[in-house]
Amino acid sequence: MSRRQLDRSGAEGRDHGLSTDDTGCGVLHVDMDAFFASVSLVDRPDLHGRPVIVGGEGRAVVLSATYEARRFGVHSAMPMSRARRLCPQAVVVPPEHARYAQVSHRIMDIFRSVTPLVEPLSLDEAFLDVTGARRRLGTPAAVARLIRRSIAERERITCSVGVAATKFLAKLASGRAKPDGLLVVPRDEALAFLHPLPVGALWGVGERTEAVLLRYGLRTVADIAHTPRDTLRRMLGDAVGAGLYELAWGKDSRPVVPEHVEKSVGAEETFDHDVDDPEVVFRELLRLSERVAARMRRSGVVGRTVVVKVRFADFTTITRSRTLGERTDVARTVYAAARGLVEALGLDRARLRLVGVRVEGLDDVGSSHHQLALGERPQGWREAEQAVDRASARFGAGSVLPASLVDPADDPTGPGG
Amino acid sequence: MTVKFRVERDTLADAVTWVARALPNRPPVPVLAGLLIEADDNGTLHLSGFDYEVSAKVEVNAEVSDPGTALVSGRLLAEICRSLPGKPVDVVTDGTKVALTCGASRFTLLTMPVDEYPTLPAMPENTGMVAGDVLTEAVGQVTVAASRDETLPILTGVRLEIEGDTLTLMATDRYRLAMRTLTWRPSSPGASSIALVRARTLAEVAKALGSADEVSLALSTGGATELIGFTANGRRTTSLLVDGDYPKVRALFPESLLTHAVVETQSLIEAVRRVALVAERNTPVRLTFTDGLITLEAGQGEDAQASEAVESSLVGDELSIAFNPQYLLDGLGALSLPFTRLSFTQATKPAVITGQASADAEDDDDTYRYLIMPVRLAG
Repeated sequence: MSRRQLDRSGAEGRDHGLSTDDTGCGVLHVDMDAFFASVSLVDRPDLHGRPVIVGGEGRAVVLSATYEARRFGVHSAMPMSRARRLCPQAVVVPPEHARYAQVSHRIMDIFRSVTPLVEPLSLDEAFLDVTGARRRLGTPAAVARLIRRSIAERERITCSVGVAATKFLAKLASGRAKPDGLLVVPRDEALAFLHPLPVGALWGVGERTEAVLLRYGLRTVADIAHTPRDTLRRMLGDAVGAGLYELAWGKDSRPVVPEHVEKSVGAEETFDHDVDDPEVVFRELLRLSERVAARMRRSGVVGRTVVVKVRFADFTTITRSRTLGERTDVARTVYAAARGLVEALGLDRARLRLVGVRVEGLDDVGSSHHQLALGERPQGWREAEQAVDRASARFGAGSVLPASLVDPADDPTGPGG
Repeated sequence: MTVKFRVERDTLADAVTWVARALPNRPPVPVLAGLLIEADDNGTLHLSGFDYEVSAKVEVNAEVSDPGTALVSGRLLAEICRSLPGKPVDVVTDGTKVALTCGASRFTLLTMPVDEYPTLPAMPENTGMVAGDVLTEAVGQVTVAASRDETLPILTGVRLEIEGDTLTLMATDRYRLAMRTLTWRPSSPGASSIALVRARTLAEVAKALGSADEVSLALSTGGATELIGFTANGRRTTSLLVDGDYPKVRALFPESLLTHAVVETQSLIEAVRRVALVAERNTPVRLTFTDGLITLEAGQGEDAQASEAVESSLVGDELSIAFNPQYLLDGLGALSLPFTRLSFTQATKPAVITGQASADAEDDDDTYRYLIMPVRLAG
């Protein structure tokens, strides 16, 4: 779901003028094409070939769009209202997160049947190091074709694969191969492939860095490659400058690391309508805190810093953070900090569009500790929330909720409700 | 009306420094930045400061030529007095100005309107007397456990309980609790009252008045203004009491303690300090008690680690328990005896730290008890 959509390439990417020599190209970047939309369309053949947008009701953002919809300028993370204006004939389907997770899980299993070195980046993309699969399954390009075929047969969705010597080049290649394509960047031709690209193609070049580079007249990767490293450092700072120079020469020594280590756990919610009622905001913070803490307990991590994100009706977005005395995975503690941060903003009924809660500074739960307070019961909120986890595992998420999150008009869902 | 007096430099500097400490950093009204000087015809100089919560007043001898009252910036006066040469100081008011001369130095200060200065609260009636050194020690022992978190004002206070000739001081920040009982001389034998005083104020008082043989304690409770006052050596200070119900903390001490270890206080303090060097902020030290030895450890996993063993005797079952090192050091440092007794029930229940006179003493000294809550480790 790259936002930098390029022209449809041939399935083997010959349009790029590259040979197909994949010697020494052990890294694959596999990226599903319009993942959510494709999954949603699997059992809706009537929608094939039509512009389809996946997104929530009202004011949510676009989560995914078919290539037919993208042709109208629709892309993910765009507000739904704008997407509808750009493409009024599009069919909007609601997201089916549980289903996406299941499909993603099966796809990752396909990857792992090829190599143990799988580094998932999100539900729908991953790096694979297939150097060790050569004898068993063939060259990297052959493995890539095998993966594309397996996914197409089993899940009836398409993906694009980049094959290269480094992660950075593989990711660039998959983007260039989209949709439903395969592109090998041969070792000897890496620079020929890389240097004509615009500077924005480099990893780590966002809008701001791009603006700086353009101001100095650097438009292509080749321009960066032929600028002295020290000049780049002065322009962009030591780390960024040196990093870009390396990337511009195709150097990227990062290995494929299985099991992506999460740096933070977060959740956010766009309100159906702008909200100015503090009670509604706090209730949403509680719901998000519950969700975040449950995910932390599931992945066995505790975190130290609570971050809240608030987006106002005019899209101005601010974040505030508070570092706790000790790491936690308790929703009540996360909520108390999040609420405190929002209260300290002195919003005074400002109209909010979105709130988010994130916990950073994660560590393994095994290394955590808790300073007991005098008179504190050894069985506290943490144990209560663990009991909720067990109930949720058995009766479904939301079977046990904080009282303030129970909608009186709504019969709680799930057989255990 | 002019005021005129002469006073010794050291006398003035001491008095002004002490009063200026009570002045607010950000005065709610400008006159509260002032230090009130009253010279009477008995040859006494009264200096006072007030911030609506705490008042300080000191009396010193002076040669008063013209009695009267003046109000000047306390901070500036304190700085000037500290820097003066060791000669007599002459002070004369002249209209809206005060001239201060000492040797060849001469200063002119602006005065503030005396009639806008609030009346200092009256000192309540004397409730009893306590020895200065005992008060200083007791205050030091309990204020270590008081909370510094201003969002919970009650816990920033030290609770005083008076019951006949027993005065009890206690403080807690929810993670530890320090309690000291001492004998004092109440003005009436059946005295019984309670008060909650800011720990910071109490520590200041102890520092200023602790050198006196005896400190008079005055309490007015139940009235419109609840006030505590301390008087010694011509210095007196009053403070509003902290409002609110103090938690029932006495019940937190365990009824029976199954296990205890005795260790030389100084050795344990040094060992805790050393292993705590590798403990990141808020990470615990782990103590394992076996017969004859306490093993201390800090740090784990891929972080830096340290361990050390200290000789100790053990009565009861072996036990492993973890504490915040600073909380542990605060308690150990407050003991006045060469040996420490650490008493436990179990690893998730509070431990009690007391002092004792020798390694093989039958009983510990229960006039000071420090209750500390352990850190629970994962897994």
